[in-house]
Amino acid sequence: MFWTKIKRVVRAGFVSFWRNGYVSLASVLVMTVTLSVIASVMFIGALLGSTLEGIKDKVDINVYFVKSATEDDVRELQRTLQTLPQVALIGYTSREDALKQFRERHVSDSLTLSALDELSENPLGANLNVRAKDPSQYEQIVNYLQTRIDSDAANNVKVIDRINYTQNKQAIDALSRIIDASRRLGAIVIGFFVLVSVLITFNTIRLAIYIFREEIAVMRLVGASEAFIRGPFVTVGLMYGFVSALVTLILLYPFTYWIGPLTLKMGTGLNLFEYYGGNFGQLFLIVTGAGLFLGAVSSYLAVKKYLKV
Amino acid sequence: MVVPFGVSLYTVFMLLFDKVTKLYKDNSLALDNISMNIKPREFVSIVGHSGAGKTTLLKMILAEEEPTEGIVFFEDTDIHSLRRKEMNQYRRRIGTVFQDFRLLPDKTAYENVAFAMEAAGRSDEEIASDVPHVLELVDLGRKMHNFPHQLSGGEKQRVAIARAIVNQPDFIIADEPTGNLDPANTYEIIQILKKINDLGTTILLTTHNVGVIENLGKRVISMKNGRIIEDSAEGKYHL
Repeated sequence: MFWTKIKRVVRAGFVSFWRNGYVSLASVLVMTVTLSVIASVMFIGALLGSTLEGIKDKVDINVYFVKSATEDDVRELQRTLQTLPQVALIGYTSREDALKQFRERHVSDSLTLSALDELSENPLGANLNVRAKDPSQYEQIVNYLQTRIDSDAANNVKVIDRINYTQNKQAIDALSRIIDASRRLGAIVIGFFVLVSVLITFNTIRLAIYIFREEIAVMRLVGASEAFIRGPFVTVGLMYGFVSALVTLILLYPFTYWIGPLTLKMGTGLNLFEYYGGNFGQLFLIVTGAGLFLGAVSSYLAVKKYLKV
Repeated sequence: MVVPFGVSLYTVFMLLFDKVTKLYKDNSLALDNISMNIKPREFVSIVGHSGAGKTTLLKMILAEEEPTEGIVFFEDTDIHSLRRKEMNQYRRRIGTVFQDFRLLPDKTAYENVAFAMEAAGRSDEEIASDVPHVLELVDLGRKMHNFPHQLSGGEKQRVAIARAIVNQPDFIIADEPTGNLDPANTYEIIQILKKINDLGTTILLTTHNVGVIENLGKRVISMKNGRIIEDSAEGKYHL
């Protein structure tokens, strides 16, 4: 009997959904926009995250030594740095290798090379390329190096010429701020569309309650249970959410297919179409869950306010 | 609420109005200290002009209105103290027929009757067996798949009666059931109601059709300005 009741409530929900076709369509459209915004915020988050990861992967610290620094000086610092728990990898480039690499980079620039040849000695110092185990640890390594520079300066010694971490750090910080801001903005936009969706669905169900007032009156007269009277309207709300989620997920396919190569070209390191395919399960759960939640909340509020049993 | 005294007294009556007064918010007095009772299997007509209090009295029985004073008992229960679930159970024991039929226009005669059974939580098997039987009882077996707009006024009212009796109620309220019908259909509807009463269902009918009252020859309660001015077992009335 329980399943018979469920079947009747769901069937009545379907009837209501189809009988109010145009009103249902309006609700589904608005909810689809809301769910698309939610999916878009997810996509933007993934793109920015991927971009940030890409930049972080490229982050390192280059320690440039003065020309007068001996190989022993450099090796000694290398050994010391390797004892730090934050350091993952250190690459050593000698003065000679630095010059060789410089020449290779400027092989087509005869002016620079001839100017270099004019010099009597190698103008480049050795350098160490340091990579941290985690991008957040660069700060500590830089602090250590700065302490070392300060201590050398106190002893009137100069071994390290400069460190080039600051510029990279600024780029990372800027992107991190953009990601945080986009998340906050995304939350505000989602909040706005959720509110609009709930209001429109709420009014759609209110209208459905009005349209079905004769049925409701008959149900009351024959002593129908609260669940039997209210159930179909909650079902309609859930149907709005589910249909909107399906429409959203279907529309995202051609959209991501079109924009995927572009997002890759933009240097984000992420093809949105591949992200859509690879994370479809998660996307389905989030979009469908959000749709069902919106539908349930809207219908619950409308039924509670307008359908006194 | 179970009456705390004399259960046997209340089992005698199916319906009991105990000094019931209904004063609306605009200070209009719809019912004025009404006391009356209806026994099981009785067929009672209530007559009176518009504003006499007939509709308010019926709404009291359906628990759509609450008394300002007094109590309405159905058997031994104060119907206005019922909780939601109990109210549903109570309403399933009452069938209602209205002057304007109140059929669902997009459902066939069969579906209108079946809908009442579905709403009352009856099984598919019961619906499949009972609905055709009840429609046959009101002589609509051949038109069970017609929509309301394909039926005459009398036929619509017969569908409404079928819907009212299909859940086998103990008590039927018929509010001006012949108000929109011609004499021939009025006669038919009254005959059907009499037949239902003969089968053991208590019926409370409101009407201002003198011919109906005289044809019935059963108990009549006459109302005026919210009061009972005559209660006659012999069918006498004041209009």
